[in-house]
Amino acid sequence: MLTIDQATHDAIVAHARRDHPDEACGVVAGAYGSDLATRHIPMLNAAMSPTFYEFDSGDLLRLYREMDERDEEPVIVYHSHTSTHAYPSRTDISLAQEPGAHYVLVSTRECGNGDGPFEFRSYRIVDGDVTEEQLRVVEAYTDVPRKPVVPPPPRAGGHTTATPTELEQ
Amino acid sequence: MAIEVRIPTILRNFTGGERAVDAEGANVSQLIDNLEGNHQGLKERLLENDEVRRFINIYVNDEDIRFFGGLDAQVGDGDTVVILPAVAGGSL
Repeated sequence: MLTIDQATHDAIVAHARRDHPDEACGVVAGAYGSDLATRHIPMLNAAMSPTFYEFDSGDLLRLYREMDERDEEPVIVYHSHTSTHAYPSRTDISLAQEPGAHYVLVSTRECGNGDGPFEFRSYRIVDGDVTEEQLRVVEAYTDVPRKPVVPPPPRAGGHTTATPTELEQ
Repeated sequence: MAIEVRIPTILRNFTGGERAVDAEGANVSQLIDNLEGNHQGLKERLLENDEVRRFINIYVNDEDIRFFGGLDAQVGDGDTVVILPAVAGGSL
């Protein structure tokens, strides 16, 4: 299940409407292991296309460095479909490389740039398998029970006794 | 000569969970061969037909190697190499 606060949800939808008819894309980062999407980072679609999105490679590096410095990870990776349903395409599935992330799809095919209806759905995409998940929009994360804090894997030169399985959680 | 290579989450199963590993080489191509020696299977995830895969980005000291030499891009002691899968997709 994806739990997301109303303000972040609305900001993602607004981004998708604004960039229509091109696909909009971005990330919501959160503290490592928290599963709480707290910091919305709209990204530029370097492809500037109605049928494709890609983060600019320089922006991508800066984004991941910044998350690393803050002990964050991408909790949500989102993009919009502007003429199709909010369901991951074959391309989306084959290129999904963040098995721990919630993949959010917004469809603006009905609303376009306006205030009309939209679709907002969340998926897990792991090794080519897509699973839609429940969506819960909350006013604030204060009502959400916190997960126990898991320390991030050590940085360069560090050593860990944790198994890869533990690190993925 | 040690070059720090940062490994993305999805490839950490090749590095025993480590976020970064040390490798050696005079250019990126050699570096990847050296990585493969210690972390078997990684090379295939990075290269296809002896080229960097379209949706894999490799940076040397913050520069995307696509723009300066590709696999021939030189690396040396103290350099930092970052591997990041592209974040991309499409509706078709």
